[in-house]
Amino acid sequence: MEIVGQLQKQYVDFITSLFREAYLDDQYVQLQKLQDDSNPEFVVEVVSIFFEDSEKLLNDLASSLQQQVVDFKKVDGYVHQFKGSSSSVGAQRVKNACVDFKNFCEEKNLDGCLRFLNLVKQEFYLVKNKLETLLRLEQQILQAGGMVPPLE
Amino acid sequence: MGGVILETKFHVLAVDDSIVDRKLIERLLKTSSYQVTVVDSGVKALEFLGLLDDENGSIDSTAQNHHQVQVNLIITDYSMPGITGYDLLRKIKESTSLKNIPVVIMSSEDVPSRINSCLETGAEEFFLKPVQQSDVNKLRPHLLRGMA
Repeated sequence: MEIVGQLQKQYVDFITSLFREAYLDDQYVQLQKLQDDSNPEFVVEVVSIFFEDSEKLLNDLASSLQQQVVDFKKVDGYVHQFKGSSSSVGAQRVKNACVDFKNFCEEKNLDGCLRFLNLVKQEFYLVKNKLETLLRLEQQILQAGGMVPPLE
Repeated sequence: MGGVILETKFHVLAVDDSIVDRKLIERLLKTSSYQVTVVDSGVKALEFLGLLDDENGSIDSTAQNHHQVQVNLIITDYSMPGITGYDLLRKIKESTSLKNIPVVIMSSEDVPSRINSCLETGAEEFFLKPVQQSDVNKLRPHLLRGMA
């Protein structure tokens, strides 16, 4: 079917660019491998949990940095969590931004922390957008009766 | 009598305060056909294992497992608020009833001194996060050993 072919090509091109631009790394491939007929929604489920958890963390980060006296250990704790969860879903750019963010926490550098909160937020919303597009493409392929091309 | 073999799955208790990582480890363990219980803290793990005295919250290291739950392996994150994975490891190894249960530690940080102290305290394996299928495959020998 013509439409399936087109959608599949779109999918491959898109996901290839996501890896090339480091939005996603190999861990995302590992997530895909854990999805099968008995767990056909696994990736969507993990990614949804990640989105929800991240919004919470971003809020916690913002409020902790707004305190009169900033508790940098607390901030570092949130960044550590975010670093972990982004790493677990393969959101490489978010993870890398968290690594740098942690350095500013250790230095108790409020300016740096605020800057990096913005950067992490940006990177998160970027990858969220990309992943939503990706998952939507997958749905379209499946609905058109096709198979999602395996990664690698 | 006909030979009826009841296949009991190995039961793994997974402990992690990260909601994303809990989802991941649960799936990884289930692909290996293990029965999985996931908890979000060291305290809940101790509770589940029957090591926590409910009345005053103190740790009873000789407590019998009132719940009669059979756990064949415990896999826990290292960095958790409250009781860390390392604390949990120690308490399990100090318990007469639970010390023979294999314990595996997971951590997002590659700190050699941390890895060594966990292994020295009796952890069977130390996995760097994100945990892979190849890591989970390493659990089987430890589980089979417990079948003596």
